[in-house]
Amino acid sequence: MTANSGSGNGGDKFDQARRNFLRGIGLGTAAAVARPAWGGQTFGDAFAEFFQKNYQRMSAEEIEAALERIERKAKRRYEVDINCENTPPQEGVVFGYAINISRCKGYRDCVHACVDENNLGRDSQVQYIRVLQMDNGDSNLEHSEHYYDPETVPVEGKYYLPVQCMQCDDPPCVKACPVDATWMEPDGIVVVDYDWCIGCRYCMTACPYWARHFNWTEPEIPADEMNPDTHYLGNRPRPRGVVEKCHFCIQRTRKGRQPACQEACPTGARIFGNLLDPDSEIRYVLANKQVFRLKEDLGTEPKFWYFSD
Amino acid sequence: MLRGPREYWAWLAALTFVIIVGAASYIEQLENGLVVTGMSDQVSWGFYIANFAFLVGIAAAAVLLVIPAYIFHRDDIKDVVLVGEGMAVAAVTMAILFVIVDLGRPDRLWHMIPVIGSLNFPVSLLAWDVIVLSGYLLLNLAIPFYLLYNRYRGKEPNFRLYFPFVVIAMFWAISIHTVTAFLFSANPARPFWHTALLGPRFIASAFASGPALIIITLQLVQRFAAYKVSRSVIETLALIMTVAMQINLFFVGAELFTDFYNEGAHAASIHYLFLGLDGYDSLQPWIWFALALNAIAVVILMIHPLRRKTLTLNIACVLAFVGIWIEKGMGLVIPGFVPTPLGEIFEYAPTSVELSVSAAIWALGALIFTLLAKAVIAIEQGRLAERAT
Repeated sequence: MTANSGSGNGGDKFDQARRNFLRGIGLGTAAAVARPAWGGQTFGDAFAEFFQKNYQRMSAEEIEAALERIERKAKRRYEVDINCENTPPQEGVVFGYAINISRCKGYRDCVHACVDENNLGRDSQVQYIRVLQMDNGDSNLEHSEHYYDPETVPVEGKYYLPVQCMQCDDPPCVKACPVDATWMEPDGIVVVDYDWCIGCRYCMTACPYWARHFNWTEPEIPADEMNPDTHYLGNRPRPRGVVEKCHFCIQRTRKGRQPACQEACPTGARIFGNLLDPDSEIRYVLANKQVFRLKEDLGTEPKFWYFSD
Repeated sequence: MLRGPREYWAWLAALTFVIIVGAASYIEQLENGLVVTGMSDQVSWGFYIANFAFLVGIAAAAVLLVIPAYIFHRDDIKDVVLVGEGMAVAAVTMAILFVIVDLGRPDRLWHMIPVIGSLNFPVSLLAWDVIVLSGYLLLNLAIPFYLLYNRYRGKEPNFRLYFPFVVIAMFWAISIHTVTAFLFSANPARPFWHTALLGPRFIASAFASGPALIIITLQLVQRFAAYKVSRSVIETLALIMTVAMQINLFFVGAELFTDFYNEGAHAASIHYLFLGLDGYDSLQPWIWFALALNAIAVVILMIHPLRRKTLTLNIACVLAFVGIWIEKGMGLVIPGFVPTPLGEIFEYAPTSVELSVSAAIWALGALIFTLLAKAVIAIEQGRLAERAT
C-alpha cells in the first residue's frame, strides 16, 4: 500500500489509526488490506461522493468538482492520470447505428476494441458487445451460439449477429429505474450515472437485448491498459455494485469521432452516424437498404438497425 | 415483552443466533460485492427477490383477518386481528430487507427518498413498490398501535378516527401484491412474466399461503401464550385457503395450457422450469415437488372431515406454504431469466451466503413477530395496562 498522498506528513500514521478504527467497528476490513481505506479515497472525497447529487441535478460547478474527484480516485486506485470530461451533446445530432450482417465475419474485433476503449473490468469479463453465431436460414436467438470458438471464422453455414445496447428511443430500462439513475441524453444515447445507481438491477430485467451489465465485483484494469480519455457518462472507471452498458463511446462520438467498435471492424460492417443529417452514411443505409431491427414488436424503437448487401 | 418461560428464551436465543450468523454473511457480501452470490448478468435476480415476492403475499394476506374483523364484525376474528397485523408488519419488514440485501449499493438507499433523492415515481414500478410497502408498514403499525394504546389506557378507541384507515389498509393490502406482480409482468423483455394473469395469480397464491401461515401461527400463539383462539377463526381461514388454493392451481393450469398447446418462443422459460431446456433442468425437480405439495394440500382441504381435523389441516398448511414458497419464489423469479433475452441458457443456484443472509431475515421476521405478539397479547389480556391512579 502506498502512503495516502492526501493527508500530508502524518498520513501513514493517521491511516493506520483510521484503519484500526474501521477494523474495530467491523467495517471496511477488506478495503484496509487490499487498498487505502474509504474505498481508495480521502475522507473528504468519500464524504463528497456520498452526498453527490444526481448528475441531472448538478450545477456546472458541482459537475466540475465531481470530475476532479473521479480523476483523483483513479490516480489512487490505479495510479493513472486520467482526464474525465463532461463533453455536452452536440446540437442537431442524434446517433444511430447500422450493421451490415453480410459483412460481419464474427472476428469479434469490435468486442475487444470496446473492452480496451471503455475500461471494462478485465477480471469480471464484462463485454458490451456480444456477437452471436447463427445458422444460415435461422434467426431464432434461442438457437444462437454465444461462445463460439472455432479455429477460424467465419464458419461455413453460419452468419454473425453483433448485439449491443440499441439505444432505444423508448427505453424500457429508463422507465424501470427507481431513482432516475439512467436516462436518454438529447443526442439519443441512454446513459447511466454510476455515482447514483443503487444497483437494484431492475433495468437489466427490463432490457430485451441483454445490454446491461452489473459490476458484481470491483472492476480491475491494469494501469498500463487504462484509457485515460474518459467521460463522466461513459468510460470512466466504474465502482463496484452498479450497472453499466454501451454508450456509443460517448467520450469519442461527442467529439466527432467514431465509436471504437466501428473503427476496429476490419470488414466495414459497421455504419455509425447522425440520424438527423440527411447526408450521413447511416441515412443512406436507412433510405436504400432493407433494414430490420431486433424485437421490433416490443415497441422499444431501437436506434440500431441490421441490413445486408 | 421480556418476561417469559424458558422455551420463550430458547426461541429468542435461537433466532438471535441465526441473525448473527446471517449478519456475518452479509458483511462478507458487503466487503466483496454481490459476486459472493450465485447471481450473474444472465440471472440477475435470485433467492433474495424470490423470497421478497413470496413475503409480500404473506403480508397482504393479513387483510383476510382485517376484513371479517372490522367490516363483518366477527368478534372471534377481532380477537386475533392484531396478531395478524403483527404478522403483516413482520412480513413487510422481511420483504423490504430482502430488497435491501439485493442492492449493489445499499449505501445509496437514500437516493430513493423523494426530494433529497430522486424517486422515479410514478414511472418506475419499483418506485411504486417502495411507496406501497412503506405505506403498508406504517398502516399496520399505526392502526394496532392506536387500538392497543387506548386499550392500555383503558379507553374506548374512536371508531370514526381509525375506521377510515382500516378501509385504506384493506385496499392497500391488495395493492402491495398487485404492484409486486406488476413489477414482474411489466416486462415484455421477459415473456414468462409478461402475462395479465400474474397479478391474479399472486393474489390467489397469497390468499392460500397467508392463511396457511396464520393458521399454524395462531395455534402456536394459543399453545405458548395461553391466548384463546376460537376454532371458528381457524375454520374460516381454512375455507378461504381451500378456495384460494383451487383458484391458484387453476391459474397454474391455465398458464401451462396456453404456453404448451402451441409452444412458441414465449414458452421457453416455462419449458425450462417444468421440463428443462437443452439439458439444463435444475429447477425441474423443485417445481414438480411444489406442485405435488400443492395438489396434496388441496385434496386434504377439499375433503371436509380432513380439513376440520387439526392434524390433517396442519399438514395441508405446511404443504401449501412450502409448495407456494417454491412455486412463486424461485419458480417464478428464476425462469424469467432463463433463457436470457439473447437466448443464452445459464443456470442459477443460491450460494451459502445467500442462504445464510436469507435465513437471518426470516429469523428477524420471526423475532419481530414474537415480540409484537407478546406485547399485543399482554395488553389484550389486560395484563399490561396503565395503573389506575
